[in-house]
Amino acid sequence: MTQMDLQPPDVAEPAATTPVIEMQDISITFGAVRALSGVGLRLFPGEVHALMGENGAGKSTMIKALTGVYTIDGGTIRVGGEEQHFSSPAAAQAAGISTVYQEVNLVPNLTVAENMLLGREPRRFGGIHVRAMNRRARETLDRLGIEVDPTSTLGEHPIAVQQLVAIARAVDVDARVLILDEPTSSLDADEVAKLFTVMRTLRSQGVAIVFVSHFLDQVYEIADRMTVLRNGRLVGERMVADTTQLELVQLMIGRELEVLERLDREVAATSARESGAPVMKALGLSRKGSLEAFDLELYDGEVVGIAGLLGSGRTEMARLLFGADTADHGELHIRSERRRLRSPRHAIDRKVAFSSENRRAEGVIEDLSVADNMLLALQASRGWLRPIPSGTRQRLVTEYIETLDIRPPDPQALMRNLSGGNQQKVLLARWLITQPEVLILDEPTRGIDIGAKAQIQQLVAELARRGMSVVFISAELEEVLRLSDRLVVMRDRRKIAERPNDDVSVGDLLEIIAGEARTQQEESRA
Amino acid sequence: MSTATVPVAGVSAWDRVRGFRPPSRYLPVLATFALFVGLFGVGGLRYEGFADPQVFLSLLLDNAFLIVLAVGMTFVILTGGIDLSVGSVVALSTMIAAKTLDMGWSPYLAMASVLVVGAVLGTLMGLLIHYFDIQPFVATLAGMFLARGLTYLISVESISISDSTFSQVAFSTITLPGGYYTTWTVVVALVAVAVAAYVLARTRFGRTVYAIGGSESSAMLMGLRVAAVKVGVYTISGFCAALGGLLFAFYTLSGNSLHAVGMELDAIAAVVIGGTLLTGGRGLVVGSMLGVLVLGTIQTFISFDGTLSSWWTRITIGLLVLVFVVIQRVMTRRQS
Repeated sequence: MTQMDLQPPDVAEPAATTPVIEMQDISITFGAVRALSGVGLRLFPGEVHALMGENGAGKSTMIKALTGVYTIDGGTIRVGGEEQHFSSPAAAQAAGISTVYQEVNLVPNLTVAENMLLGREPRRFGGIHVRAMNRRARETLDRLGIEVDPTSTLGEHPIAVQQLVAIARAVDVDARVLILDEPTSSLDADEVAKLFTVMRTLRSQGVAIVFVSHFLDQVYEIADRMTVLRNGRLVGERMVADTTQLELVQLMIGRELEVLERLDREVAATSARESGAPVMKALGLSRKGSLEAFDLELYDGEVVGIAGLLGSGRTEMARLLFGADTADHGELHIRSERRRLRSPRHAIDRKVAFSSENRRAEGVIEDLSVADNMLLALQASRGWLRPIPSGTRQRLVTEYIETLDIRPPDPQALMRNLSGGNQQKVLLARWLITQPEVLILDEPTRGIDIGAKAQIQQLVAELARRGMSVVFISAELEEVLRLSDRLVVMRDRRKIAERPNDDVSVGDLLEIIAGEARTQQEESRA
Repeated sequence: MSTATVPVAGVSAWDRVRGFRPPSRYLPVLATFALFVGLFGVGGLRYEGFADPQVFLSLLLDNAFLIVLAVGMTFVILTGGIDLSVGSVVALSTMIAAKTLDMGWSPYLAMASVLVVGAVLGTLMGLLIHYFDIQPFVATLAGMFLARGLTYLISVESISISDSTFSQVAFSTITLPGGYYTTWTVVVALVAVAVAAYVLARTRFGRTVYAIGGSESSAMLMGLRVAAVKVGVYTISGFCAALGGLLFAFYTLSGNSLHAVGMELDAIAAVVIGGTLLTGGRGLVVGSMLGVLVLGTIQTFISFDGTLSSWWTRITIGLLVLVFVVIQRVMTRRQS
């Protein structure tokens, strides 16, 4: 692919001498899919090690290989110098490797102490010795500097505290290695700070911590070294201090800038349409734990591209605009009238359509035919008591199958038998049939082949030319740049930049995402 | 337990009492207790003789079997399940007891076989629910029909119990100071409540029951013995239903396939009124006992009044269940 892949993975030397975990040349295959090939990870006592990579890079697979959820097909795992293969997470835990997942896996209705010690609580006279249990819980909490009453009910505390309690449970069993899988994704800034304090305490006590996060700033704040994965392969091991954020983003996304910059933009920037009122306007729209306040204006006949890494708030923005999530604060105006979108129903009534990134779970109904899937949204907006006349049904379905080149061109074909690209086209047709004025597309081209991708891109351009306002979300930066008239960049659940798409290169975009352009701009402005 | 009072010098005892805040998990039970005391107080004011302690003792006596059923039901509901079979198991138990005694079995063997059958039935339903992932509602509905059918299979006619040990237990009373009396069935029920309260509060099994009700998948990931406990609660419920059936047999001295029709719903109502969350994870067995007593008090009310139709019992119970469920909903929503 590129030169970078041919180079041997870089190695960064840590301060400690012998690794507590050494994974070498790990390979895992699921059926025909190679999830990991020749990946390694070295973990030393007393370090915070970030495991980096885009979605699907193999981070979770790597963690699951280490903790015994998956069996490896090749390679070796050494724990404290000895080769080990854990048969289950419980076995890994017994060897001092504990994992805390994104969702807090505790029970809200019991006390903090019970949550920390359930299953290994101190006993007396055959029953649980409650006072001893509370005492031991308090000792562990004190050691970690977590201020919480062990006798209080867990569910009364905010998620962040519950997360800390989960960590306390994990380290109560003399953990040597603590794996934190996206622990910060539902925490706000203060709560993250608390978590980091606990992580630093543990690090100073010699615990090795694996930290998985999509938030680059957090990685730079807490991690010492990092291992970068891409497409199931090892890209490199780096010291965090020696790697700029831009370099890291390049390592993760993995295309060299020169190659990308040669990609020509097919769609010429359309004439300025900012005259006239915006079709949709968000003012300070926000939702706690999901997205910070943002402003956004959408105009007729314009494609607004939303770029950012996974978890940066792209999808969250789309969901707020569509009413799939309700905003805590801020206003939304549609055609100059203030609207509150309490549910997607309201949005559809206002001619806003949203095609979810999660095609299988939130869009396609596999057991219905192509025709039924297409007409779903139109039928819903008419109300269930007014069936669509069969003549209209037929006309609409044939028309869209033809326009979008859906294969097989059979309205009665079951949705499950269509390829991903064709399913995506049916979803598009579903929304186009309702004749929306605003079309929000979240990752419409993910996981579909190159031909279908080009067709969908063309269609988006064509729709905008005909006057529709399109919001286009994609992880592929070239695609966003090629289609968009205006760019919105997201990072760490915030809108960090908005600019017209004139001569913006993938490199520029990467810089904005990596956060360096922002600081430079601020400097030059000062 | 933490009382949230701050010990400051010069605080009067009254201030400390006023400042006392019971942990929120006890609030529903306290509410039920207040309701019970309130009902009794109103009854005492309205009707002569209502406030007599013997009325309270009779309340226990008349509802001993229901208390035991509610104890078993509490275990099941705490895990987020439900057991619809208990009423039928009560009928089956009375029938097995009556039939075996009729056949000349020793009363102890008869009692043991009743308890074993109940526990085995419960275990079977638990196994179905856990390992075949069948909704508790459906599995225990099947158990309900099965047990009721088995009862008819043994005898369509009512069989009376004339065994001397049985009638001795049924008629002998324990005299309490002050000339009041109670029966052994009440002692059995109270012991069941005490044992259940201890198991739920102080054993790993009991805490796992709560953990499963809080979040079954988390409980699994915490390495708790989810399978054993989940099956176990249905065994306990089956056992309690059989024990309740024995108490019912002492109470009626007969085995009848028409006994205890719909009693499972009384037990569920008592548990809900006692403050246990139907979704699981919250509740105390003492609350369920208070729930039974509230139901009993309403019945006593109506019999003391004499002019009210006995269906008012049902109407009141219905309203109470509704009110309690709504209150629980509001409370849990506020917390989340």
